[in-house]
Amino acid sequence: MNLIVQFRRDLLIAAAALVVLVAIGLGIEHAWPRDFLTAIFAAGLLAMSLNMLIGYTGLVSFGHAAFFALGGYIFGLLLQSQAFTGAMGAASVPLALVAAVVGTGLYAVVIGAICVRLTEIYFAFLTLAFQMFLYSVILSWVDLTGGDQGLMGGIPRPEFLGIDLGDQYHRYVFCAVLFVVCVMIMRIMTESPFGYTLRMIRDNATRAAFLGVNVTRVKLICFVVSSSIAAVGGVILALFTSGAYPEWAFWAQSGEAIFMIMLGGLNVFLGPILGAVALRILNDVVQMYTSHTEIVIGLVIMFVVLGLRRGILDFVKDWWVEKQQARLAAENRNGREG
Amino acid sequence: MLRLENVVKSFGGVVATNDVSLNFPAGSLSAVIGPNGAGKTTLFNLVTGHLVPDSGRILLEEEDIVGKAPVDIVRKGIGRAFQIASIFPSMTVEQSLMCAVASHFRESEALLSVFPPTNVRRRTEELIELLGMGSVAKLLSANISHGDQKLLDIGLALALEPKVLMLDEPTAGMGPEERWQMIGTVRRLWEQGGMTLIFIEHDMDIVFEVAQGITVLSYGAVLAQGTADEIRNHPEVVEAYLGTETTAEASQ
Repeated sequence: MNLIVQFRRDLLIAAAALVVLVAIGLGIEHAWPRDFLTAIFAAGLLAMSLNMLIGYTGLVSFGHAAFFALGGYIFGLLLQSQAFTGAMGAASVPLALVAAVVGTGLYAVVIGAICVRLTEIYFAFLTLAFQMFLYSVILSWVDLTGGDQGLMGGIPRPEFLGIDLGDQYHRYVFCAVLFVVCVMIMRIMTESPFGYTLRMIRDNATRAAFLGVNVTRVKLICFVVSSSIAAVGGVILALFTSGAYPEWAFWAQSGEAIFMIMLGGLNVFLGPILGAVALRILNDVVQMYTSHTEIVIGLVIMFVVLGLRRGILDFVKDWWVEKQQARLAAENRNGREG
Repeated sequence: MLRLENVVKSFGGVVATNDVSLNFPAGSLSAVIGPNGAGKTTLFNLVTGHLVPDSGRILLEEEDIVGKAPVDIVRKGIGRAFQIASIFPSMTVEQSLMCAVASHFRESEALLSVFPPTNVRRRTEELIELLGMGSVAKLLSANISHGDQKLLDIGLALALEPKVLMLDEPTAGMGPEERWQMIGTVRRLWEQGGMTLIFIEHDMDIVFEVAQGITVLSYGAVLAQGTADEIRNHPEVVEAYLGTETTAEASQ
């Protein structure tokens, strides 16, 4: 209850955002906005959860998409299993979702326990190595995963509580709710005392330890939660594409999430979402004119990184903070003279 | 309060701490002096768990803390500030202190409440008042003066309400006037906090003026421990460290 009171402003914003998203999805007959936004929900959760590590904790992971893919595969494989859907009946979809989140979380405990003790480049490369390990498993375990073809033949989605995920409207609203709930979980996490402990670790881990913070444990908790949220992104994409594909576990998927963060901004909570939208629109627009999309997108990112030296929202935030700090400093000077 | 017994630490062939036995009584204000390389910071690192002694015992209230992790030693009540201010640059002064207080109140890992919890906010306000940092509280730690950064570093240690507070050169890198101001603040914090305070200092005038007990280190060993008067007139100290009037001036 206390939580609801303390976060009432953020919860109201989240509720309003959900209303707008649902209104767009249900109000427009054309499928494009629904498809576009569902893809944003999936990519946005991947990028935002990765930014819990990069932006808030200072841990640059190059292997975050592994958890995204794992979530999608666990969800898809369970629902494709007749034994599972037969036994669970109408509860199949919710249980598969829970299994994807919990299963990925458990995998992240193991991977995280090894990785979070390292910092900087060593952390980045080890996470990348574990991602490529998962990618190889998916490719080579053809009997289970379909190898490079991915999970073929669609994912059955038994109706539950009157929700039929085979219906595009139902599916869209379901994904929108998942997205907003996950964003809200991350919001609470980053604005809690725990979230500020993450910032301490990012700024100065040694000092944080000297102030009694259990740095390794805090990093691990963050790693596991952010991996579980990435898994929800994978579930959304599995629902959207009615399958799961090995490219999701390829390093380029992690790279794209890092692009989104760099483009949108890593020190602003919603920065990665803006990055996801910007990259997606850029991609779609460029594709209309040329097939060399990577070159154009690469140039845009170069412009942002070299020109602004930070993401778009970081640029805005820094400008705002500098203005505010200058005003405070001036007030102090005047106060002393007066 | 804090006692070291025959503590030895060497790095390769170099003995950084050579059979050091010291006693810091509860509530005392002590200075550690000695030329560069005398092992002052090493001594601090041994007490705070950053380094583990090769042999010897370090007792905090009669409990041996050798081999314990720095985090555990912090929890037992030894706080520390650093020679180069160790702060959180992207946070405001207020936020940094709130984080430290939250850690002290075991709220660092609280997930289901908004930062800062009420008790943390209240305690931080007291702390800012105590430190006299009200005018810079809302500024980013990266943007405040060098002296304020050093003070913030001390404030972070103070947030843990330590029994023993160890300050590694609180006046490092400051001008003469700023030094006296800083040491005045340190003394006031000690008087109001009632903790055992140990600081490393190079300025002899400050040391003789402020410290009740002085420890002189030289080549890792204790050359002398005593009151200001005892140290001032200690023949070996005068010879080895203080030198004559002229060399003392030349070394500054």
